[in-house]
Amino acid sequence: MTAAETAAALQEKFPGAILSVTDFRGETSITLTPASLVPVMTYCQGELAFDLLLDISSLDNLGEDPRYMMVYELYSLSTKVHLRVKTAVSEDDLQVATVSHLWPTADWHEREVYDMMGIKFTGHPDLRRILMWDGYPFHPLRKDFPLGGLPSDMPDVAFTGTAPLEGGPFVTSSGAMDRVSAEPRAKGEK
Amino acid sequence: MSTELTHAAYDSKIEGNIIFTQLDAAMNWMRKNSLWPMPMGLACCAIELMATASSRFDIARFGAEVMRFSPRQADVMIVAGTVTYKMALAVKRVWDQMPEPKWCIAMGACASSGGMYRSYAVLQGIDRLIPVDVYISGCPPRPEALIEGFMRLQRKIQGEQSFLAQKKELVDAISG
Repeated sequence: MTAAETAAALQEKFPGAILSVTDFRGETSITLTPASLVPVMTYCQGELAFDLLLDISSLDNLGEDPRYMMVYELYSLSTKVHLRVKTAVSEDDLQVATVSHLWPTADWHEREVYDMMGIKFTGHPDLRRILMWDGYPFHPLRKDFPLGGLPSDMPDVAFTGTAPLEGGPFVTSSGAMDRVSAEPRAKGEK
Repeated sequence: MSTELTHAAYDSKIEGNIIFTQLDAAMNWMRKNSLWPMPMGLACCAIELMATASSRFDIARFGAEVMRFSPRQADVMIVAGTVTYKMALAVKRVWDQMPEPKWCIAMGACASSGGMYRSYAVLQGIDRLIPVDVYISGCPPRPEALIEGFMRLQRKIQGEQSFLAQKKELVDAISG
């Protein structure tokens, strides 16, 4: 069964759960409603033999509604099928169900998403920050968090300051025609 | 005032066995030729630090081959790598545990200034927390650069007023 056939089978099995199926350069992505995430993932892990959760990541589409998007990369070692599963997370709700009971690796991936993006995972066994320290007040990968950081202080634990960005930030030019003009350069922001 | 070792007592019965010098010169001479480093390896600079200690570059030639992983036995802390805010207070704590006299080398761009990490997560130079004696440029610096930094530190120690810098009660006790 290919990824596209898997998506079709899922649409048949869970009518209404799958909002869209995208095929791009041989990769199949499905977008789920938030409520159907756990049933579909349970079915994928059990019946469809997606035994490997490659990665969990999150997107911040600032200005759009819903603002956040969770992305799960599933792979089956037996059928060699790769499937990308997405689900939207709204800024008001800011929580999504955990899949750490299906794939133990999701435990730390979800902690990272919680740390960097601030999305909470309901049912997670140990939802603590994983990179920054407990008590750090921000979620640094959000688009509205400044690149240079914000000052914070927890006496005897850790502190942060603001990094100087004279002439910066140094960012690549996406969509540039050649490597030279795509090189990271200062954009003159304050 | 010269701090060079000067031989005296020529043509005496004890020629060659006694050297007259200044207390500072003797103390500095002993200190600078036996600098035991505290290797604070935090990133890729630590690889160059290890290379510096190994046979090809061999900082044993400068009396600094004894890497001490206990801060209580170390003289010079080599901060080699990116100091994140999460690690910063641990570096400070290790520094505080080192006995005086102590020196600090900021090895590489990150330890000196944050380097390329203009970021929410990286301390913008270890000199914001602890005093630095020698900065070494490079990303990472070659072992030769670290050795040059070592020799500069030795030159700096050579010129220190070590005796006057001792605690006052100790100076009073020695000088009666």
